[in-house]
Amino acid sequence: MKSYLYYPGCSLKGTAKEYDISVTALMTSLGADLLEIDDWTCCGATAAQAVDSGIGLALGARNLALAEKNSRPDPEKEPLDILVPCSACYLNLKTAQFDLEKDKAKREGINQVLSKENLSVQTHLKVRHLLDVLSLDVDWKKGLPFSNPLEGIKVAPYYGCQCLRPFTVFDNPESPHSMDEMIQAAGAQVLDWDMGAQCCGASNATTKPDVGQYLVGKILDNAKDAHCIVTVCPMCQMNLETYQDKAHPVPVLYLPQFLGLAMGIARDRLGLELNLSENVQLTGG
Amino acid sequence: MPVTDCPEEIQASVAKVKEMVRSCIQCGTCSASCPNAEFMDITPRQMWRMVLTDRLDLLFASRSFTMCSSCYWCTLRCPRGLELTRAMGELKQIGARLKLGNSKKSDLFYRLFLDNVRQYGRVREVELMGRYFLGMRNPMAPLSYAPLGISLLKKGKIKPELPGRGPGKLADLFEAVQHQEGI
Ligand code: SF4
Ligand code: SF4
Repeated sequence: MKSYLYYPGCSLKGTAKEYDISVTALMTSLGADLLEIDDWTCCGATAAQAVDSGIGLALGARNLALAEKNSRPDPEKEPLDILVPCSACYLNLKTAQFDLEKDKAKREGINQVLSKENLSVQTHLKVRHLLDVLSLDVDWKKGLPFSNPLEGIKVAPYYGCQCLRPFTVFDNPESPHSMDEMIQAAGAQVLDWDMGAQCCGASNATTKPDVGQYLVGKILDNAKDAHCIVTVCPMCQMNLETYQDKAHPVPVLYLPQFLGLAMGIARDRLGLELNLSENVQLTGG
Repeated sequence: MPVTDCPEEIQASVAKVKEMVRSCIQCGTCSASCPNAEFMDITPRQMWRMVLTDRLDLLFASRSFTMCSSCYWCTLRCPRGLELTRAMGELKQIGARLKLGNSKKSDLFYRLFLDNVRQYGRVREVELMGRYFLGMRNPMAPLSYAPLGISLLKKGKIKPELPGRGPGKLADLFEAVQHQEGI
């Protein structure tokens, strides 16, 4: 498999450590190298957009510029793609890329700002979400090493918002299915539900708990026939895991944790003990 | 509050939003798609109408725009291809700058979040939440988050660190951007 530049983002180094741990373990097992971008900083999350969109753009641009700086470890080869597991980071980097590509004056302005750190951005790299990479760069039908197939397990694939919208790249945002093939390859069944692309409330869960919990409750209640929810966003995972007391409780795993289990990767290499839904037990086969 | 009574920079931002939603045909797809609409007293469609007819008094008397969770359903589905989530972001910025007080908690949270990023480059969650509780001036506030905080600490996912001093890692970047924006 190819190598990727890796942008983990703040939550994967803190409250979503297990996502970072399991992405690394899964990608390594699939034969991919991850080169973490040197000196990366926060992408601005949802805060920048609500306070100062100029800062948001600059934060995205700085990270793109750093990525471009180390994008060609081998000058003979094509530049690497940027792999981003967090949906909010993915969207921010992609938006910055999009805006800077479209608007030359903006790019010049930002490059002036970045020149203080001897950086500049040209916007030629591809920013890709983990789900994009897993669904398009891996051939799931080709006998991957699933030594522990999760037979009898029913999974609710939960995509959330920002990996699907507004940029439609690798899946249909109205009715996403990119996780189906992987879940089935792992031996499990996919729950037929229509909450996969719904919103978890994002930061409303912190600042307006009633609004956030209402959305989380709807998702959890609709997943009551599943053994677990599988997700690809740290914000979604945290919201779904945290507000389980007022709804039907369901364990919430990150996609690479789930796939890793089926591939027989050890639980601690998947960070499973760090999930808040303690002792997630999914035994297959 | 007519737009002309607002400070100039706010007028410029309002003009930006107006331009963003200029071709709205009032079809209501955005409101029908919004997962937070039932918590809003005025809907997204109504907000765009108020922007276009200069009824900022009505728009900012409501906190509807602060309910937006940036899910991008409206942006995806608008038949005119308008960037509505971004427009909501602009309204949040205007609301925060006008210090309307109708979105105190999120304004405070987002502002502290960015301060945190300016200082360290990356988010330090414990310090951010600590400052958020202090800023809310509600001694009971931390209690509702305590169980979550304790489990995160136990799992080593967050760690208390001494607050940093000095200009901060991204101070130059922030300053340069704000200089360019003329803030
Ligand atoms: S979906 Fe677009 S055109 Fe329709 S009301 Fe909303 S903003 Fe206007
Ligand atoms: S982006 Fe905001 S306004 Fe648009 S549908 Fe989602 S929550 Fe509603």
